[in-house]
Amino acid sequence: MKLSGGDLLMRALKDEGVKFIFGYPGGAALHIYDSIFKQKAFEHILVRHEQGATHAADGYSRATGKPGVALVTSGPGATNAITGLATAFMDSIPLVVISGQVQSHLIGTDSFQETDMIGISRPIVKHSFIVQNTQDIPRIVQEAFHIATTGRPGPVVIDIPKDKTDPSQLFEYKRAKEISLRSYQPRVFPHPGQIKKASKKILSAERPVIYAGGGVILGNAHKELIALNKLLKAPVTNTLMGLGAYPAKDKYFMGMLGMHGTYQANMAMHNADVIIAIGARFDDRITNTPSMFAPNAKIVHIDVDPASISKIINADIPIVGQVKESLIALIKEIKRSKIKIDSEALDQWNMQISQWREKHGLDHDLYLSKIKSSMIAPQVVVQELYHATQGNAFVTSDVGQHQMFVAQYYHFNKPRRWINSGGLGTMGFGLPAAMGVKLAFPKQEVVCVTGEGSIQMCIQELSTCLQYNLPIKIININNEALGMVRQWQDMNYGGRHSASTYSDSLPDFVKLAQSYGHVGMKVTKQSQLKKTLEKAFAMKDRLVFIDVYVDPNEHVYPMLVAPNGSMQDMWIKKNTKA
Amino acid sequence: MKRIISILIENKPGALARVVGLFHQRGYNIETLNVGPVFDGSFSRMTVTTRGSENDVEQITKQINKIIDVIKVSDLTEGDHHEYEFIMIKFKHSEKIQKILKSLNGKIHEKNNDAMVMSAWGSSSDIEEAIKSMGKVNLLEVARSGSIGLHEGEKVLKI
Ligand SMILES: Cc1ncc(C[n+]2csc(CCOP(=O)(O)OP(=O)(O)O)c2C)c(N)n1
Ligand SMILES: [Mg+2]
Repeated sequence: MKLSGGDLLMRALKDEGVKFIFGYPGGAALHIYDSIFKQKAFEHILVRHEQGATHAADGYSRATGKPGVALVTSGPGATNAITGLATAFMDSIPLVVISGQVQSHLIGTDSFQETDMIGISRPIVKHSFIVQNTQDIPRIVQEAFHIATTGRPGPVVIDIPKDKTDPSQLFEYKRAKEISLRSYQPRVFPHPGQIKKASKKILSAERPVIYAGGGVILGNAHKELIALNKLLKAPVTNTLMGLGAYPAKDKYFMGMLGMHGTYQANMAMHNADVIIAIGARFDDRITNTPSMFAPNAKIVHIDVDPASISKIINADIPIVGQVKESLIALIKEIKRSKIKIDSEALDQWNMQISQWREKHGLDHDLYLSKIKSSMIAPQVVVQELYHATQGNAFVTSDVGQHQMFVAQYYHFNKPRRWINSGGLGTMGFGLPAAMGVKLAFPKQEVVCVTGEGSIQMCIQELSTCLQYNLPIKIININNEALGMVRQWQDMNYGGRHSASTYSDSLPDFVKLAQSYGHVGMKVTKQSQLKKTLEKAFAMKDRLVFIDVYVDPNEHVYPMLVAPNGSMQDMWIKKNTKA
Repeated sequence: MKRIISILIENKPGALARVVGLFHQRGYNIETLNVGPVFDGSFSRMTVTTRGSENDVEQITKQINKIIDVIKVSDLTEGDHHEYEFIMIKFKHSEKIQKILKSLNGKIHEKNNDAMVMSAWGSSSDIEEAIKSMGKVNLLEVARSGSIGLHEGEKVLKI
């Protein structure tokens, strides 16, 4: 049977196993939308802004490990998708974003709703395609999914001029058995010689640290990471993107590292003799001043992307390969090796880390304190949330202090539970991302921890949540300010709060949630917090927006001292350096 | 230090823009750029000259390699190589310029009452030197191909 371009697209998406498409229609995409109307393989989720579509597809992907799909129209639809593409690109999330384009003969004429989507998105996609022949659609879709999901994953754009989905032009559907691109052969297996060298170096370490990032989660290698450390007994730290890659409850886990990492994690990095970096990229929010980074450490760096290796910090032993395959090879080699770990040195090292934890570690029992009269500490909100959900929820977040408090105080024991925009730091990500997660896991608790600043950047998606009945729980950590901005202004700009406050003009979030057809709750006292959360989580089939007023003067600590600081230079509370 | 980077890439729409865009994105400059279809025409070969340290060039080549359409990348300056550049020049009659170009495999393409068009080729540094020594007075127009080059010996850039 011959199919139109739109129907070819449907068929190709179905054959990729797509279950949801997040999108928003418009002129150039209308043929495609008509094809969507006629198919049954997947559900189309109508968002309220194309940014929401890309973030929802992104959240779906982060939670499931499958590629997310978004569909937008040309021009403004395409430009609205840009922030979501950049967010996914920075965090290496596999997305396929399909954009309608004006008819081929109008391209380049400044026609109505024409935008050079390929050009605009070029620096923030892994790859992009423009459809020039309708019959290529199945192949392009297949290649797009292949590229998005293999190697270092990332978003791929398919731009489709309207005439290529013309319902009157019919073509045969052909799907290749296998995809092989002569210009794209990502490395899977590590070099055995490098694995040998790494094993030797790691086994003779006295002060090793495992520094594991988002690559472990993206590469589905958390089990291998745990298995590796069964052998090594080394302290482990996760990046913001890596939380959940190693279980937070494990005794070797030190918490997150970097800008707002724990004291013990940052101290361990600085004093390590061997750092085993796994699927992490030495981001500037981790290393602090690169020239002062871990002065005595030899670096073993495992990454699927050779360009990530020795980009910021020189790797002594680079290993290019899929994280999973690399760890499997490393574990095998370590088991085979005649060198044994230096238990005595390791005991001392782990003891040292315990001492650091005692000295300046985070207080995870703040919620037990009985000071009920004072304002709610934002950290306590996260601790109560952790207990209310038994640490089992999928938690999405936005960007700011609230995000860091979740990263510090919600203990993620499993991968793909913590869903946030780490690389780009996109305010507005949390709510639409939570929609994607909830659609994928309707029976699981999905919580969006946000700030009153961030939530207003994609608040319109509350309407989508009503339409598709997505009972997400939104915890708005309301400090009546762009808290993270204000923290920097407190610390570096003499407390001048330039454009970071708006307490007189905040909406009544309870009424706002209600007007969208949801439940709104407000908490201003710590004594109400626990009960309100219990009540909200008991409402299984309703979206509940919980507006929690917290102490607006709270800062996030620890915080690396910058500029010209190393990882051992930290503020541990207001006006106090460690 | 000057670097000559050779790139074998799919001859597809937008492929060139991906490479050029990347230089800008990552904060590197392109000094010269040459591109043309090779083999069966489904490939293009690009030659880009840039300046940077060993580390810079390692980063550039790794990043270029990540572009999906790129098949192979090689830094010619890493080893022995051949490198040439071709120029065409229009100038008011000048014995001096004629002589300079003659010394660089010069060839006359057009000669009329007012002006001449000549071509020449040589190593980029010779070309650079020649253009400098011509002076500005009689020079009307210069077009340069940018460097092209190949590895010396057995090393080749192909699939
Ligand atoms: C789209 C976007 N614009 C600006 C910023 C810069 N920024 C980072 S955190 C922040 C404040 C966020 O405020 P809120 O959501 O209330 O979180 P809080 O820090 O108060 O917890 C801002 C403006 C950003 N990350 N994203
Ligand atoms: Mg705030």
